[in-house]
Amino acid sequence: MSEFLQQLLNGINLGAIYALIALGYTMVYGVLRFINFAHSDVFMVGAFVGFYATQRWGFPFGTIGGGLLVLITAMGLCAGLGMLIEKLAYKPLRGRSTLTVLITAIGVSLLLQNTGQKVFGANPKAFPALFPITQFHFGGLTVSSNQIIVLVVTVILLAALWWVVHRTKIGTAMRAVSFNATAASLVGINNNAVISFTFAIGSALAGAGGILYAMNYPSIDPLMGTLPGLKAFVAAVLGGIGNLPGAALGAMIIGLVETFVAGTGLSTFRDAIAFAILILILLFRPAGLLGTMKTEKV
Amino acid sequence: MKISATHATRWKSLLKDIGLTTTLSAILLTVGCKPADETTGDPSSEPIKVGEYASLTGSEAAFGQSSHKGTQLAIDEVNAAGGVLGRQIELITEDNQSKAGESTTIVKKFINRDKVVAVLGEVASSRSLEGAPVCQAAGIPMISPSSTNPKVTETGDYIFRVCFIDPFQGKLLAEFAAKTLKAKKAVILSDVSSAYSVGLAEFFRESFKAAGGEIIAEQRYASRDKDFKAQLTAIKAANPDAICVPGYYTEVGLIVKQARELGITVPIFGGDGWEAPQLIEIAGGAALKNTFYSTHFSPAQDTPMAKKFVEAFKAKYNGEVPDAMAALGYDSALALIEAIKKAGSTEPARLRDALKTTDFTGVTGHTKLDEKRDATKPAVIITTENGAFKFLQTVEP
Repeated sequence: MSEFLQQLLNGINLGAIYALIALGYTMVYGVLRFINFAHSDVFMVGAFVGFYATQRWGFPFGTIGGGLLVLITAMGLCAGLGMLIEKLAYKPLRGRSTLTVLITAIGVSLLLQNTGQKVFGANPKAFPALFPITQFHFGGLTVSSNQIIVLVVTVILLAALWWVVHRTKIGTAMRAVSFNATAASLVGINNNAVISFTFAIGSALAGAGGILYAMNYPSIDPLMGTLPGLKAFVAAVLGGIGNLPGAALGAMIIGLVETFVAGTGLSTFRDAIAFAILILILLFRPAGLLGTMKTEKV
Repeated sequence: MKISATHATRWKSLLKDIGLTTTLSAILLTVGCKPADETTGDPSSEPIKVGEYASLTGSEAAFGQSSHKGTQLAIDEVNAAGGVLGRQIELITEDNQSKAGESTTIVKKFINRDKVVAVLGEVASSRSLEGAPVCQAAGIPMISPSSTNPKVTETGDYIFRVCFIDPFQGKLLAEFAAKTLKAKKAVILSDVSSAYSVGLAEFFRESFKAAGGEIIAEQRYASRDKDFKAQLTAIKAANPDAICVPGYYTEVGLIVKQARELGITVPIFGGDGWEAPQLIEIAGGAALKNTFYSTHFSPAQDTPMAKKFVEAFKAKYNGEVPDAMAALGYDSALALIEAIKKAGSTEPARLRDALKTTDFTGVTGHTKLDEKRDATKPAVIITTENGAFKFLQTVEP
């Protein structure tokens, strides 16, 4: 029983980090209808901002305040990076076919990875302990403070995101652009500002995800974003791409499935089984779990 | 349609041209090289070219860097003393980025373009197994400094190594677990994507059973995995006396850290793949308490060769203390230099025959190759204390 609970906790933790990345994919898709493949590399940059902030720029760490400061810095810089990418790479392609933008996104992703290898170095680096670390024991269950931080930060960020999307003016504008971009601009919404804002929020979440991931798995390298990015993308599709609660739900499912499969000794099949589940769900619900089918206009 | 058809024919003829020129140049090369080798072998004053492929960047960069530093030191020392056969040695080093598939290309380049007389490399067995068939096919001797998987030298009679092999390492780890750690029930967590890890796990399993122990569970992971909590939670539930992790330091660091976070306090141990300062950086000193690994060399060893080597290494590399990979890199170059001296030539077949009779005392101890071109050598066991590696004991073969 305690093994089951422990695995459940491990799975939820992994799922929480995937959720932060998946939300970025799904938000950009909701507004622009394309997959921003560079998103997973913004996640990587987030982890490296944490590394440089603590190791080079002299940020305090090892305390809750210092850790939060690093987290917020990483989110801020990633938001800036996301807006910059949008401005330089995607904005000039506004109105072109989705395929053009998609291939540009892959290009941006490779650019970030290889620049990362040049600037940060290709060798894995050890990520410092941002927050003070303690272990709590509940019977056979061991919970580390890092796991609690991951859960708390994720829940706060998700709640904040929900509030922004549903309770603020810019959130309403985002939903309007997502619903019908042309109509939104007709009623006076500045689409470019909304898109920029979407990239900023999505990238900030990815940056937070990068920090939380690096905290739990403290070995970071410029290619670290690829696999978690892919899983998060799958999670977004699984939950119904373009749907925010769907992305979080999909991420939880992927994280849990992966953890439970790996725990049974079939660890080499963990990714295979996670992806097989995606195929199965899409066979029966092509729009994803919470997605709604839309008929394409011809 | 017409245009594409002409395109196709043009491409075909172009491909044919390329194919023809490659064959022609290959013939020319073979014709041109054969006599040249026989005439210019020894008397020329040209430097002797030796190729070294290593993982200078990427996930096993610490190994490649260390090994390269050791090799370079040996070559520099012999060059400063006037070289061998009156010629200097030129070491050409290429980085395979710790990636699968790169080593084959590099070794081909060494042989075809640089015309090296011998190849040194790699640390990781998987990558040595990539380079070895190329060297064997071309008839160029290859010396692996520290690949311990038995398959490496089984590739053929041009492939040598200067370190012990995994059947010995697996056995000594099993005996260490059974006798020193007094473990009866052990668990293995191995890396399925590495020939080294799979091989070492197998030899450990056999020897541990032979020593009266029991393997109560086995878990697997793949290189570049970051999350091991699922496997470790299952391991914790099995409640073993000790955990064997025959992997490389990048993953081992994360495994040890996550194991301690899950409240697993039993000893964790592994082989020479653990040895890198990054292990301590990633896992942290506290988590590494009660962990052990076997390796080839410790700078604390008290032999004259070892002392001299540690001094020379520190002097050359700003006080850096050499590890086992550096010592074996040094020994692999020494083995080659000895062989060139013994053969009195750099002709590959004669070098191979000289290497077969390798018998010298290196930094890592007396190195005498057996008929399988492997070395039989003592090993050392290292533990961690207060965030630093500490020499524990020597194990004779």
